[in-house]
Amino acid sequence: MTIFATTPSQTVGPYFAIGMPWDAGPHVVPDGTPGRIRIAGTVYDGDGVEIPDHLIETWQADPEGRFADLHGYGEQSQLEGFRGFGRCGHEGGDGTYEIVTVKPGSVPGPGGTLQAPHIDVTLFCRGLLHRVVTRIYFADEVQANASDPVLASVPAHRRETLLAQPVAGGYRFDIRLQGEGETVFFAV
Amino acid sequence: MSVEHEHETEIYDPVTETPTSYLREGPDAQPPLDSPGYKSTRLRHPTEPLVYLPQTLTEITGPRLAPALGLQESDADLTRQHEGEPIGERIIVSGVVRDTEGKPLRNTLVEVWQANAAGRYAHRWDRWPAPLDPNFSGAGRCVTDREGRYRFTTIKPGPYPWGNHYNAWRPAHIHFSLLGRAFAQRLVTQMYFPGDPFFPYDPIFNSVRDERARERMISSFSIHGTQPNWAAAYEFDIYLRGPSATPFEEAH
Ligand SMILES: [Fe+3]
Repeated sequence: MTIFATTPSQTVGPYFAIGMPWDAGPHVVPDGTPGRIRIAGTVYDGDGVEIPDHLIETWQADPEGRFADLHGYGEQSQLEGFRGFGRCGHEGGDGTYEIVTVKPGSVPGPGGTLQAPHIDVTLFCRGLLHRVVTRIYFADEVQANASDPVLASVPAHRRETLLAQPVAGGYRFDIRLQGEGETVFFAV
Repeated sequence: MSVEHEHETEIYDPVTETPTSYLREGPDAQPPLDSPGYKSTRLRHPTEPLVYLPQTLTEITGPRLAPALGLQESDADLTRQHEGEPIGERIIVSGVVRDTEGKPLRNTLVEVWQANAAGRYAHRWDRWPAPLDPNFSGAGRCVTDREGRYRFTTIKPGPYPWGNHYNAWRPAHIHFSLLGRAFAQRLVTQMYFPGDPFFPYDPIFNSVRDERARERMISSFSIHGTQPNWAAAYEFDIYLRGPSATPFEEAH
């Protein structure tokens, strides 16, 4: 079989807002979904300065641990209107993003393990030649986090960068691209 | 070119053939996040090593976005989104989205955005003194068909200056965003045009160090796709990561 090489990645540049964000993008679940939460945060560069323009994408299971997969792979989410995908493209200047979602359930992990509730995150911005990937875990899922195989592979002193902290109405999850408190990024 | 046609009739089942893991690329397959020639990377590249993420259900699944976006035909024709016609060279940009085994990725979202014929983006932060075109917004979306094919009608974008270094100009390009079939396949790239004189001077294009890899971002002119008295055609096939291993044949 011929194996082809992949097309290389390039930056989204400064003008992604022309094509990428759309109004309902940050809404992973429709209005009125029980258990709705907001996950919000700020993205910082290596000087600790807010990055004014960036695009965040999220992908997650529903509270039962089921996905809304493109081709119907695996057990499918039964949650009405659940998209599982969020996209927030901000260029407002204060570096923030926000998605409206529900807390995911546990999802199977490698070798018969169970993963703690988590959300996969992609970050794009000017100055990133390809995406960086991180995961949102939840600081109040102490027990589940303690047995999560992915968290276990992260150096202990850096795990906290992956924990979203509970706030009124949801969670706060900041991303630091570089320097003090640098967020853990993953090779997928 | 003959390669892409060989695959055109391949039939596969997107569910039962969902890969359980995707190829992990070597460190040189993608441009480095720390790329000093492109100044904005300086404070934005992580300095800690990336942590290996096993590909779980979360990474091998992906969203169905077409219904949420309510796509219309005009989304794929950037020349028909306003009352009048945009100024510039009308072109058709099409191609097939495949994985690295050559399998077409059907039903996947392809999004594009670009500058107008004068090299100006319809974006409030783009202030270089080239004319805006009231009939051109520069954004398009479509979903690949069952053979993985996408197609846009648009205007050939112009090159534009930027502040990265003295006399810096971006080669003409169209930004492409590919959702792929799975989180692990997500790609944002740029499509370039053959023979652009700005190639040797552009740190973004040249951030991809391997020359053959750079060539995979350059579309090819197609006289066959060109429509008489209407539009010139460029073809751009896109390859996303495929399965990490070919499944074993079932034993008989
Ligand atoms: Fe651009």
